[in-house]
Amino acid sequence: MEIKGYIEVDIQKCKGCQLCATVCPKAVIGYSDKTNDKGYYYAIMVNEDCIGCGNCAIVCPDSVITAYRAAKK
Amino acid sequence: MAETITKNGQEFDVVWKKPNLQKNDMHYCPGCAHGTLEKLLQEVIDEKGIQHQIIGVSPVGCAVFAYDYMNCDMQEAAHGRACALATGIKRVMPEHAVFTIQGDGDLASIGLAETLHACNRGESIIILFYNNAIYGMTGGQMAPTTLPGQITSSSPDGRDPKLSGMPLKVANIVKEFDGTCYVTRQAANNAVNARKLKKAIEKAVDNSLNNRGTSFIELVGNCPSGWKLTPVESYKWWEENMLKYYPLGDLKTEGGIK
Amino acid sequence: MAEKYLMKGNEALAEAAIRAGIDGYFGYPITPQSEVLEYFSKWLPRKGIAYVQAESEVSAINMVYGAGACGKRVMTSTSSPGFSLMQEGVSYIACAQIPCVLVNVQRGGPGLGTIQPSQGDYFQAVKGGGHGDYRLIVLTPNSVQEQADMVYKAFDLSEKYLNPVLILSDGALGQMMETVEFKEDYVRPEFDDSWATTGKMTNRGMNTITSLYIKPEDMEKKNFELQAKYKIIEENEVDYELCHMDDAEIGYIAYGLSSRIVKKAVDIAREQGIKVGLIRPKTVWPFPKDVIKKYSEQVKAYLSIEMSVGQMIEDVKLAIDCKIPVEHYGKTGGIVLSTEEIIEKTKDMLNKY
Ligand SMILES: Cc1ncc(C[n+]2csc(CCOP(=O)(O)OP(=O)(O)O)c2C)c(N)n1
Ligand code: SF4
Ligand code: SF4
Repeated sequence: MEIKGYIEVDIQKCKGCQLCATVCPKAVIGYSDKTNDKGYYYAIMVNEDCIGCGNCAIVCPDSVITAYRAAKK
Repeated sequence: MAETITKNGQEFDVVWKKPNLQKNDMHYCPGCAHGTLEKLLQEVIDEKGIQHQIIGVSPVGCAVFAYDYMNCDMQEAAHGRACALATGIKRVMPEHAVFTIQGDGDLASIGLAETLHACNRGESIIILFYNNAIYGMTGGQMAPTTLPGQITSSSPDGRDPKLSGMPLKVANIVKEFDGTCYVTRQAANNAVNARKLKKAIEKAVDNSLNNRGTSFIELVGNCPSGWKLTPVESYKWWEENMLKYYPLGDLKTEGGIK
Repeated sequence: MAEKYLMKGNEALAEAAIRAGIDGYFGYPITPQSEVLEYFSKWLPRKGIAYVQAESEVSAINMVYGAGACGKRVMTSTSSPGFSLMQEGVSYIACAQIPCVLVNVQRGGPGLGTIQPSQGDYFQAVKGGGHGDYRLIVLTPNSVQEQADMVYKAFDLSEKYLNPVLILSDGALGQMMETVEFKEDYVRPEFDDSWATTGKMTNRGMNTITSLYIKPEDMEKKNFELQAKYKIIEENEVDYELCHMDDAEIGYIAYGLSSRIVKKAVDIAREQGIKVGLIRPKTVWPFPKDVIKKYSEQVKAYLSIEMSVGQMIEDVKLAIDCKIPVEHYGKTGGIVLSTEEIIEKTKDMLNKY
C-alpha cells in the first residue's frame, strides 16, 4: 500500500516534550510506554495517517525528527 | 529540498532533516525553543553555504553553549556584552555576517546599553533576542520583560509594576533607531511561526552580509522550567500570555544609516 | 636618521600604534587620555581602519575582545576610572587568551579622584584587577619616546604570548611634549592566527573563543596552562634599567614618571658624595625580582619611590624576602615628587642603617 508520508524519530535524542504532537494535523504522534536512555517517553507514530507535512520536524527544538513525503509522480 | 529516497519501493522527498549542527545533544530543557532558534539558524547557514563567512557570539544565559551546537566560528561574551563583541568583530571583518544570541536578562537588562548603541550605530549584525520573560539559567528570576502579575522566583506575588515597572519592549525601542534595517517579532510555537522565523533569519543574514544595518529578531519564546510548567502547559501559556503581550510581526523592514 | 617630531605622549602612542599596523581601536573619552582617542578619530577612519568611540569603557573593552579574537591588532586606552570599568572584560580576555594592547594613562584616585598624574593603579595592573588568577604583561614607559617604542613591543608581546599587554602610563607622560622618533625598520613578527574566529573554512575545525570551563577539572587545567605561560613570560620578558647601582649604598626603585625625578635625585645626591643608584623596572609584571635581589647583597637599604602611598614596595619586599630594610617615599593627588625630600630621606636612611 502506498503511503503519503512518514517520520523517523532519533529516539535517544527525543526529550518527550510533545511539541511535535501538538502541531501534527493528523494526530499521528503519540508516546512510547518505555523511556529512552535519557529517561524520556519518546515520540512514536501511532497511526499511518502521516501526510509528510513536516510540521513536527520543523518545530522540534532538538532536531529529532526527519520527515518524508511521498514524491509526486 | 530536492533530496529523495526510496523506501519499500516507494519514492519520498525529504521534507525536513537535521541541519549540519554539531553532534552534541543540546542541553536545553524539553520543549524550550532555544533549540529551535539555533537549528533554524544553522539551516539558513547550510542553505546559503556561508559557514566560512559567519561568526557568532553566545551570551551568558541558557544559550551560553550555543558554540557547542552551532557549526561555525563562535565567541563567548561576558553577560550582556554580546553586541559589543559583535561590533568589534564586524568592524574588522566587514565581509562576514555576525550574529548574537541573547536572552532577555542578557540583552534587555545588563546589556541594554550595548544593545541600544549597537542598533543606533547601525552595526550590520544580527541580534537574535530570545525573550522568554524570565531569567532561565539562574533559576527563573524576574526579567525586565516579565509580564505584569507573572510569578517568578524573585517576584513571588507576581510582577508588581509599581515596584518594578512595566515589561520592556526592546523591539519597539530599537525600531525607532535609524541604524536598524529590520526589526521583527517571531515565535516558534507552531510550524507556521517556525517557518516565518526561519524566513526572518534568512533576511537578517542577507542584511548582515550586505552591510545594510542592524537586524533585530525577537523570538518570543518559552521557558517551561522557569515558568514552572510542563512543556505542554508552557505552549499554552506561551500563546495565551506571551503572544498577547508581545504581538508577532515585522515592526520595520527598511532602514539603516545610508 | 628618522625624522624627529615634537609630540604629546598620548599622540606619540597613537601614532606608533598606526605605524605598528593597528587594525582597530575602541575607546571612550577620559582626561588625561583623550588625545589618544582624538588622534585615532582623525587618522583611522581616513585610513579605512576600524575605529569606534564606544558608549562606555565596558563596551570598548568588549569590542577589543571581539576584534582581537578575530586575530586582528587592536587596542584601547583609558585612564584610571575607565580602567576600573574595563576589568570585567580584561579578565575574560586574559582567560580567552586574546592578544591586545591596553593603555592606562593613570590619574589620581580612589573614586573620581583628580585628573592629575598618579601611579595609584599599580596593584590593579600587576595583581589582577579583575577576577581570577590571571596576569597582564605591564610595560612602564618614562618618556614620550618610550611611550611610542613600547607600543610596538606591546603588540609583539601580546601576539607572542596571546596575552593582553598593558602600557601603564600616567597623566604627565600623556600630556608632556617631547621629541620622538618612530622606528623605520619595524617589521611585524610572524603571527599564527589559526586559532582566531575568521570564519570556519573546510580545512579546519570550528574555532571557539571562550573563557567558560564549567567542569572543575577543565578550569583547573586552563589555570595550569595560564600559569605555565606566565612562568615563561617571567623567565624571558623582565626588562629594567640600572643607573649608578655599581657602588650604591642606597638603592632607589622607581618606574615611569617617578623614575625621571628619581634619576635627577641620583645626580644631585652623587654631587653631594652620597652613593645612591636606581633600579628602574620597565616591566612591573614580570617584576625585576632577580636584579633587586642581587643588589640587596650590596646596598644597605632600598627606597621604593612611587606616586602612590606605597604599592610597589610590597613587590620589592617580596623580591628580597625582607632581608634588608625597604622604605617608601611617595606623593599622591597629583603632587609631584620632590628631589630634596628624596635626598633628605636618603640621608636619614644612611644614618639609620
Ligand atoms: C556579571 C554577571 N552577573 C550575573 C550573572 C549571572 N547570570 C547568569 S545567566 C543570567 C540571566 C540569564 O537570563 P537570560 O539572559 O534571560 O537568558 P535565559 O537563560 O533566560 O535564556 C544571570 C543573571 C553573570 N553570569 N554575570
Ligand atoms: S518535539 Fe522533538 S523532542 Fe519533543 S517530543 Fe517531539 S520529537 Fe521529541
Ligand atoms: S531554563 Fe528555560 S530558557 Fe533555559 S533551557 Fe530551560 S526552558 Fe529553556
